[in-house]
Amino acid sequence: MTGVLLNRLAQALLVMAAVTAIAFAMFRYVGDPVLIMSREDATPAEREELRAALGLDAPIVVQYAKFVGRVAVGDLGISYRNQRPVAKLLAERLPATLELVAVAMAIALGLGIPLGVLSALHPKAWYAQAIQAVSLLGISMPTFVTGIGLIMLFAVGLRWLPSFGRGETVALGWWTTGLLTPSGLRSLILPAVTLALFSITLIMRLVRAEMRDVLASDYIRFARARGLPRPYIHFTLALRNALMPVITVTGLQVGSLIAFAIVTETVFQWPGMGLLFIQAVSFVDIPVMSAYLLFVGFLFVAINMTVDVLYAIVDPRLRSGAR
Amino acid sequence: MTIFRTLLAIGVAAGVSAAASSAQAQTLRWSSQGDIATMDPYAHTESFTSNMHHHIYDPLVRRDRNMQIEPALATSWQVVAPDRWRFSLRRDVKFHDGSPFTADDVVASITRLLDPTARARGNLANVTAAEKVDDFTVDFVLRGPYPLLLNDLSGIFIMSRSWMARNDALKPGNITTGTTTFASTNANGTGPFKLESYQPDARTVMVVNDAWWDKPQHNLKRIEFRPIRSDATRVAALLSGELDMIAPAPLQDLARIGQAAGFKVIEEPSLRLIFLGMNWRPELFAEPGKKNPLLDLRVRQALWHAVDLDTIQRRIMRGKSRTVGALVAPPVPGYSADIDKPLAFDPDRAKALLTAAGYPNGFKVGLACPNDRYIADEQTCVAIAAMWTRIGVQVDLKIESRTTYFPKVDRGETDMYMLGWATLPPMDTYSVLSAIFASRRGSFGGNNPNGMVVPRLDALADAAGTELDETKRRAMLTESLKIARDEALFIPIHQQPVAWAMRNALDVPVFADEYVRLWFANLK
Repeated sequence: MTGVLLNRLAQALLVMAAVTAIAFAMFRYVGDPVLIMSREDATPAEREELRAALGLDAPIVVQYAKFVGRVAVGDLGISYRNQRPVAKLLAERLPATLELVAVAMAIALGLGIPLGVLSALHPKAWYAQAIQAVSLLGISMPTFVTGIGLIMLFAVGLRWLPSFGRGETVALGWWTTGLLTPSGLRSLILPAVTLALFSITLIMRLVRAEMRDVLASDYIRFARARGLPRPYIHFTLALRNALMPVITVTGLQVGSLIAFAIVTETVFQWPGMGLLFIQAVSFVDIPVMSAYLLFVGFLFVAINMTVDVLYAIVDPRLRSGAR
Repeated sequence: MTIFRTLLAIGVAAGVSAAASSAQAQTLRWSSQGDIATMDPYAHTESFTSNMHHHIYDPLVRRDRNMQIEPALATSWQVVAPDRWRFSLRRDVKFHDGSPFTADDVVASITRLLDPTARARGNLANVTAAEKVDDFTVDFVLRGPYPLLLNDLSGIFIMSRSWMARNDALKPGNITTGTTTFASTNANGTGPFKLESYQPDARTVMVVNDAWWDKPQHNLKRIEFRPIRSDATRVAALLSGELDMIAPAPLQDLARIGQAAGFKVIEEPSLRLIFLGMNWRPELFAEPGKKNPLLDLRVRQALWHAVDLDTIQRRIMRGKSRTVGALVAPPVPGYSADIDKPLAFDPDRAKALLTAAGYPNGFKVGLACPNDRYIADEQTCVAIAAMWTRIGVQVDLKIESRTTYFPKVDRGETDMYMLGWATLPPMDTYSVLSAIFASRRGSFGGNNPNGMVVPRLDALADAAGTELDETKRRAMLTESLKIARDEALFIPIHQQPVAWAMRNALDVPVFADEYVRLWFANLK
């Protein structure tokens, strides 16, 4: 078991190193922060001075080495635009993103699983067909279109819900939450639904497919032949078995939701990490961009590692170290 | 049950917020694309951030409703020696914390701004020191004669010495080391509004300063600013009643907002002029190994004659821009209506000029443009490329994001390139003359990247930079604009519009420099 862990850890470090290296190689093409930061009529000398002060006059390899050195001691650098430590900026934005993703995931599971079960049990019923048709829409509509559509309907048209922002938040230590105030909850609805839409569809279709597989298997048929009560067969026997892959996908889905909340956060001006990243891109704020990529890389590596380790615990055949 | 309770909470909240909004009359809620970078006036060089600071801090002199310079914290001034200006300060002015405003505050502010680590010290590059004469008199010591000191000072905000000393903020914030001070997130000025709270990228709230030294021309009690990045969301937030004003308003949505009941759109020509610059090196990037055709005046005039400015104005800018022939807008000192005439759209004449110059079959030239910096920048360039193709010029069109576009322009890697210039912050033709017309040497020519050298323009830049006689100085500026037009050094395209959208109940003047001046705002 320790062998597996160490092996995975080494692989994870390698992936992280690759992510940062690629990010740095890309930065020279995203633009020049000095020009963005300077006054329009700044003299060439002023610009060169700023470039030197930011350490951008050094070769890219040296810049990368310095970056890795700083990250190794836990220093993510200073944002060019906000002039504040990047780690602090990320920590401030983290609660907004995590709350949004948690609520979106809850909506996705809460709607996706029942709908999936329903359409698996009665595949021919009109509502199952309707769910399938609507889910195609959900999977193919770009997030910004659904987002703007929801804003137009519920904020501009009906004026029921706010169109942007996070509402009033309450600070619990360093964590800020919008879940405890009415305006915070109201603000959460539209972005969470927008973000959840794709996952609802995904989970629903997955549950449906898995359920139908399981329902067709021998032991369900035997259970039916034995005359066991239907709810017991459907929910205790079939659903539980169908849920295994759903759990895996849900785990990975959480990672993607955090990483790709960028669009939803931009549309709803949600003050999370995705919005921070988008702003960093338009200002060529390299420290924030690299820290965000590092964070997303870390997130996926961590989730994958957890899933791998869980599998190894569940399935003895995967314990390569034991052989 | 939980869901039921949540729904109930939502219902209650909707009721509460409806009640709250009626209680908050005279609160102005507005939004723009981005947030301010910092609260520290000397730690940045961003015009939008300065704009916001102007509500909290006062400069020594400021712009009035007609954008003319008028006294603010300074009441009068005189040039006592070519390199020394004496300012008399306003008495009985109080900072927001109640401390009185005196010469010590001006000296401490200027010292803080001129600190080598201050990002904004270039904004006052010609000043070496501020010296206290008495409690209400200050001398500014300059490097030499300098006519634009007042223009510079209109953007320099005065901070409180005692407040900075108390909060350990006498040194400015520094972007390179990430040094932040108390002043990066707090503010104590003498301005019309006081900072109540500042949450970066979320919300900035200001409340009226009842003890302001000037007679208020506004009726606001409170200003709430919330940045919204997405154009569509910003418009939706205005139409849904969550905001009173958005500035700027996206051009493509103006018609829709104007038609919505209860909302209006205000448009003004802005100071920003859009024009094309050229490559002045021996060879073009598009045609290496051949002589650069742009060095011939007839070729430059041909390219200008070939651009159908009226069509661009009508079709691409939806009639909202103004076609121009000079490189500054009418309100800017140095402007002359005689020069502000574009060469006529005349493809036949353009072809004749090309033939006379020895290019009967045209030539190949690059055209580079940003797609996210100016209004309809990409469409304008695509149209110009097509117009040039019609006179036989092959155009190698390159369009990219401003983050990669401007570095390329700055390194001189373009043939024809699009540039916009608003002459800000000084709001003076000298800004064009020194940064764009003059060749690169010393502090000149920062935006002349492609080797344009016109000796007369260099001489004018030197002379106008130290000329204290305003009539003579303006004559020099006008002469430089005339040379640019006669020699077709640039192809001016249009003056961009600035458009704001707001509720009908709000009355606020729109300014050509795109500054939001809410101390002129009235909410019914």
